[in-house]
Amino acid sequence: MRITVEHVIKFVEGVAARIKEHRDELVQLDSPIGDSDHGVNMDRGFTTVLDKLPTVADKDIGTILKTVGMTLVSTVGGASGPLYGTAFIRAGMALTDRYELTPAEVVVALEAALEGIQARGKAQRGEKTMIDAIGPGVDVLKEAQANGEEFMSAMRRSVAAVEEGMKSTIPMLATKGRASYLGQRSIGHQDPGATSSFYIAQVMLETVEGIHE
Amino acid sequence: MVSLLIVSHSAQLAAGVREFASQVAGDTVQILDAGGTDDGSLGTSINRIQQGLEQIASPDGTLVLVDLGSAVLSVEMAIEALGDVNRIYISDAPLVEGAYLAALEASAEATLEETAAAALQARAMVKVRR
Repeated sequence: MRITVEHVIKFVEGVAARIKEHRDELVQLDSPIGDSDHGVNMDRGFTTVLDKLPTVADKDIGTILKTVGMTLVSTVGGASGPLYGTAFIRAGMALTDRYELTPAEVVVALEAALEGIQARGKAQRGEKTMIDAIGPGVDVLKEAQANGEEFMSAMRRSVAAVEEGMKSTIPMLATKGRASYLGQRSIGHQDPGATSSFYIAQVMLETVEGIHE
Repeated sequence: MVSLLIVSHSAQLAAGVREFASQVAGDTVQILDAGGTDDGSLGTSINRIQQGLEQIASPDGTLVLVDLGSAVLSVEMAIEALGDVNRIYISDAPLVEGAYLAALEASAEATLEETAAAALQARAMVKVRR
């Protein structure tokens, strides 16, 4: 499978559209345990990303992803700006000067993105954050790669793991981020960051499926 | 002289804390505010924080005071973008009281360490005695 610059652009555009579509839902999820701005912030960030994309459309994939990250960092006001921004920047750094990617390189980039989020947020799994969704998804991809599993099937299982991880945040007690100020009252709510991570993973799968067809 | 940067999700809150802290520090301590996002809505802006840090850069160092934890992420990214020029500490003190105590300490020509320690004393500040 060849993943090209066009596919990466399509993925980023798809994420922007998916976030816009779920903007109100993300706001609602953020309202009982956060500051009700996750949907608005993410939508603002990715709308600006859409404006910036044409300026880097002829560049390498690393540059495109770094530009997405820098834009998110400077336009998403909440903690998700630095977190998602770092994720895209780290993924971009892992793919410098690449105009085409192999599935293995996608896994390397996703691993770098996850490490970036963990380092920036100083968070671990089980703290009711986006890491609880992204972490299991990256695990599946690494394990599938080690077992020589075909990429499409690995991606499907990975996104299923992200979805399960997202749902696993519902009974969790938040110990990181704004929700942690609520203590016990954070239990019973799905984490908005884990939810936006799932939507991004979903678009990634759809983009890869589009290449396959 | 140590300088202070006040970072808040609200531009008005940051400006208010700066006003409040400047009153005790007089003209001697450089205090700037960096609140809100680039378009002025609630949140933090790495650009604003970075510009603020550049403006009040001091060889004696800068202490950054923040309102909530997510502001720390933005400040850390701004510091990384600036590179290692001068020492910059992020205080874990409550914003208003911390800024007040830090401004007092800094105005007495304290070091960055002393200023940071003074700000942290805000945690033990008793306002209502019962």
